[in-house]
Amino acid sequence: MSEQPGAGDVVTAASIVEQPLDLIRLSLEERVYVKLRHEREIRGRLHAYDQHLNMILSDVEETHTQVDVDEETYEELYRTSRRNIPMLFVRGDGVILVSPPVRAT
Amino acid sequence: MLFFSFFKSLAGKTVVVELKNDLSICGTLHSVDQFLNIKLADITVTNPEKHPHMLSVKNAFIRGSVVRYMQLPADDVDTQLLQDACRKEAQAIK
Repeated sequence: MSEQPGAGDVVTAASIVEQPLDLIRLSLEERVYVKLRHEREIRGRLHAYDQHLNMILSDVEETHTQVDVDEETYEELYRTSRRNIPMLFVRGDGVILVSPPVRAT
Repeated sequence: MLFFSFFKSLAGKTVVVELKNDLSICGTLHSVDQFLNIKLADITVTNPEKHPHMLSVKNAFIRGSVVRYMQLPADDVDTQLLQDACRKEAQAIK
């Protein structure tokens, strides 16, 4: 599908959202929230992605949530660990979802 | 092919590869292929060597599918170029 620019034609191919991947394109250069497998989450600025959802992000904060279960009380203790990474490549097979950052209510 | 080209441009730079088995390997990116398999030179295990020590291993070939993250040197990444290439690639896939 190609757009032929004509007089008065305002719509460009880049602005048409057809596939789910196009929604990600709208977030390029914006901050995004990425949910990964194994209880990991990432927030960062999206610079590139592909159809596998491989991504490059900058100013990344990774949050990793782990659950410890007490042997006797069976009490669940949730721990989160965070780290910051200036520039990160994420392999797409670990990605669950990509979204604009969740706004605090 | 976007990331394949991108990693080719990073040859010679130092990266930290975090694998899916939680091992973190620091090394110089020697080469990459279309599957994003990578070859690293002069590797060291970054995290406290509680993870499999590879003291005698100098070079490594890492299968692309076992990589979780790669930490890249921010100064060596041209984000504007990446974004432009990404937009072009997104159109080419349609």
